[in-house]
Amino acid sequence: MFAKRMFPGGIHPHEGRNGKKVNRANPIQELPAPQRLIVPLAQHIGAPAKAVVAKGDRVLMGQMIGEPGGFVSAAVHAPCSGRVADITLCKNFAGAEVPCIIIENDFKDEWVELHPAQRPETLTADEMRTIIRNAGIVGMGGATFPTPVKLTIAKDKTFEKLVINGAECEPYLTADHRLMLEKPGAIIDGIQLLMHAFGVSEALVGVEENKEDAIQALRDAARGVEGISIRPLPVRYPQGGEKQLIYALTRRVVPAGALPIETGCVVLNVGTVFAIHEAVRQGMPLIHRITTVGGLVNNPGNYLVRIGTPVRALLNACGGIQPHVRTMISGGPMMGTAFTDVDIPVTKGCSGILALDKSAIDVDESACIRCGRCLRACPMHLQPAQMDRLIRAERFDEVDKLGVLNCIECGACTYVCPAKRLLTQSFRAGKRIVNIRRKKVRDREAAERAAEEAKKQQAPADGKGKEE
Amino acid sequence: MQKQLAITSCPHIRSRKTTQRIMQDVCIALAPAGIAGIVFFGARAAAIIAVSVITCVLTELVYEKMMGQRVTIGDWSAVVTGLLLAYNIPATAPLWIPMVGGVIAILLVKMLFGGIGSNFMNPALTARAVLFVSWGGIMGSYPVTRFMEQTADGLSGATPLAELARVFAGQATLAEGTGLWDLFIGNCPGVLGETCKLAILLGGVWLILRDVADWKIPVSMIGTVFVLYLLTSGFNFGLSLREVLSGGLLLGAFFMATDYATSPQSNLGRVIFGVGCGLIVFVIRAYANYPEGCSFAILFMNVVTPLIDRYTMPKCFGEVKQHG
Repeated sequence: MFAKRMFPGGIHPHEGRNGKKVNRANPIQELPAPQRLIVPLAQHIGAPAKAVVAKGDRVLMGQMIGEPGGFVSAAVHAPCSGRVADITLCKNFAGAEVPCIIIENDFKDEWVELHPAQRPETLTADEMRTIIRNAGIVGMGGATFPTPVKLTIAKDKTFEKLVINGAECEPYLTADHRLMLEKPGAIIDGIQLLMHAFGVSEALVGVEENKEDAIQALRDAARGVEGISIRPLPVRYPQGGEKQLIYALTRRVVPAGALPIETGCVVLNVGTVFAIHEAVRQGMPLIHRITTVGGLVNNPGNYLVRIGTPVRALLNACGGIQPHVRTMISGGPMMGTAFTDVDIPVTKGCSGILALDKSAIDVDESACIRCGRCLRACPMHLQPAQMDRLIRAERFDEVDKLGVLNCIECGACTYVCPAKRLLTQSFRAGKRIVNIRRKKVRDREAAERAAEEAKKQQAPADGKGKEE
Repeated sequence: MQKQLAITSCPHIRSRKTTQRIMQDVCIALAPAGIAGIVFFGARAAAIIAVSVITCVLTELVYEKMMGQRVTIGDWSAVVTGLLLAYNIPATAPLWIPMVGGVIAILLVKMLFGGIGSNFMNPALTARAVLFVSWGGIMGSYPVTRFMEQTADGLSGATPLAELARVFAGQATLAEGTGLWDLFIGNCPGVLGETCKLAILLGGVWLILRDVADWKIPVSMIGTVFVLYLLTSGFNFGLSLREVLSGGLLLGAFFMATDYATSPQSNLGRVIFGVGCGLIVFVIRAYANYPEGCSFAILFMNVVTPLIDRYTMPKCFGEVKQHG
């Protein structure tokens, strides 16, 4: 067991009905685009996109309708041809109102002129980033960090290894699994294109070993390709966490508070690589994604969904949800977001839509029994019970010292806690407060320095004696 | 439909393990030893167990009612304390002994320090220690079992541990003492729940299989006692094995040293804790003029636990030296 590539901590979460076991066998189906698509301008980490169309404009499928609003931002494109019905605020999964472009579908699917790369194998890093940026590609595993930013390597860092995340460790989700199974060639091609462009000689694809068919498919597709190795990984959540995956595949440890590139690795999800393949080979922007619909729905499945499709359309395609559903979740059950409004659109990071019963609703907390399960589950080697106690006692300096900012909010501690304490929830609040306090300290120090500076300049003659 | 949907913060799924289920598992694991106690010491043992459990649960209930706190007897932890306390009392003790013990365990040791998870010493063991010091005559007389040669007062002359101490001191031979088989199945004098090692081992295996107790504590504790006896007795294997099977070592190692609230949480901390317990048991048994040291060993290590925890907590992933 120890010889296996393993990160510290982790858990084996269980699934309810219509989980991976059922859904892994459901081929990807294309969901027809609905009458109205709601395309949020902010569906990634960073600045929202800026609309470049106006109400009433006719748009073609794949046309850029929002340009990046900054360096850390992403473009958005029309997922169908039609007319811009409105640009207005709509709710997103997190419950916030964000500007959205609403497109009335004309069902013609008239494409904008696409420009596949002329010589894909000879693209430079800059050209590759431009293509990815123009295609609006973000991290498809759910984090939605703009991919071109991730691929912008600081001068003093080297990009040695491309780490591909095919772990899909969240329960229920099978979107990546089906993608690897059905499009292994495209994924391997995407990896090769990236390796060429960035001069990277090694790519490691980590896949949890319960997806043996996907591992086989990728291996077949990668046969004869130099530098790409498909690595089965033990089934353990959160295997797909960047730091955990890098450690499992390379035994390199990302220093606390640092980015993965410190280890020479860049981690991309298989869905992201597939989107890059489509962008380079076909010139296609990111206008669709694969989303798993699972849990208490009548016919669970994996769908190729246009970005902007309301969840309602997906649920209808699955024959609706069952009466005892109490929570709807976008993403996986461990890190996903609960929502109540089924008119919210599917976004670039929406890997799953799950319907769960009342067991998903917060249970009563009881006292910590100090069993130490959270300690063993934490993939970051933190002390969850202790941090929780300190946060509730508002002892934030001590919480900061214990490294609460390193918490990746994977939820493993909360999952295993027999007292059902809301640990991750407590850490989210604690992290926010610690960050604010740190900023206050920084600001105060900066102000003090500035004041001292000013004092020195004012009285250079008698300044010496007052240094202390 | 939408009205019924709830918003909660992730993670949205939880393991099925609850405090209640863990405590119920401990009760299941303790059952064989209790049944063995009743078989060997008769109905009196059953009465002591019942009184002890009822006292513990009632004390917790009454305290929480009086203090206006949420009633937590549903988590079964008071039942566990009651069982463990009863198992540490000789079957000949009067019934007020478990009553007094139960109140001490739950009220003084557990509830006054904040209830489950907040006590710093094992409640049952602390109560046992108080009873032992206060009523040594009652707590220190060990009855013979129903299957042994009956004495006039029903009490045994020498416990297996006392016999072994004489062997260790070179004043007797192993052949004069209790047989290995009798020690193993529990046909020997002792407190009511500690004698049947077979039953305790069954329960211990259950605890480990159900992921309730960590094997590291009992294994390191028992292993330390065994190895230290081997080393100091000139590799007298028979003596070392009998030491492990005598007294309260197995009951303490599997059921009391593994108490969550009073033992370290990290893996390394647990090994240190187990070794520390074993070391103290050995020192008391071999060199102090006190036949059994298990309770005091565990209690002492309970007190040291915060210190162990402090120095053995894992370093944050990424704050170690970077690998090449």
